[in-house]
Amino acid sequence: MTTQTSSRATGIGRVLIAVYAVLALAATGRSFVQIVSEYADAPLAYTLSALAAVVYIVATIALIGKGDTWYRVAWITITFELVGVLVVGVLSLVDPELFPAKTVWSFFGRGYAFVPLVLPVLGMLWLRHTRSAVTGPRD
Amino acid sequence: MITWFMWAQFGIAAVAGLLAIVLGLAGKRPNDLTMGLTALVGVLLVVQLVIALLSPAFGNTATGSVLEFYTYLVSALLIPPFAITYGLIDRSRWSTVVLGVACLAVVVMVYRMHQIWFVQVA
Repeated sequence: MTTQTSSRATGIGRVLIAVYAVLALAATGRSFVQIVSEYADAPLAYTLSALAAVVYIVATIALIGKGDTWYRVAWITITFELVGVLVVGVLSLVDPELFPAKTVWSFFGRGYAFVPLVLPVLGMLWLRHTRSAVTGPRD
Repeated sequence: MITWFMWAQFGIAAVAGLLAIVLGLAGKRPNDLTMGLTALVGVLLVVQLVIALLSPAFGNTATGSVLEFYTYLVSALLIPPFAITYGLIDRSRWSTVVLGVACLAVVVMVYRMHQIWFVQVA
């Protein structure tokens, strides 16, 4: 195939991107509901929830995008997600008051079948796998 | 929301999702079966929307947050059209897997909608 798609949006990477898109949609929807209806209950957790949703959207776009810049953006956003789910996961166990159970990263993403924990790792493996294609000549 | 309709929708979307993932991994390109089932999942969501809009008029109201319910429903409604469009553009086997992922996402969202409508008393 000689289509002009991104080096990352190929093969099984397309499934990864689709899962990212679904998670971005889910996180955005939940964050929207939380901020509209109960923001005052837990401003920190819900602000973080909104930030997470935005980062998932950017990560999805970055994985689809072509070239070095999007590759870097993908690394930054996916690293942010992994750090986020680990830090918030630990904090939600240590101090449940700080992060009510309904944020995307609470308890390592338990409310989302741990997809938020697994996805950044798969994303990083995929980025590493496609690196050789990126460092080659630009399209 | 009507319980039997929700479970029918849940079952069809689950079967459609698992079938598409299995067929995709087996190397099948998006075909009439997988695309048709995804379209059916989308149509059932539209029916669900109509049911949800009419239910309160018959005394069948949500026990949980109506805002949250419709956020799930509208989000779910977006998924099949995107997946089908993608299935038309990308004719690879991974596109069939994407159809499956889309249907399974709808399964989870329909289940959450059911919980919000019937179970939550918050």
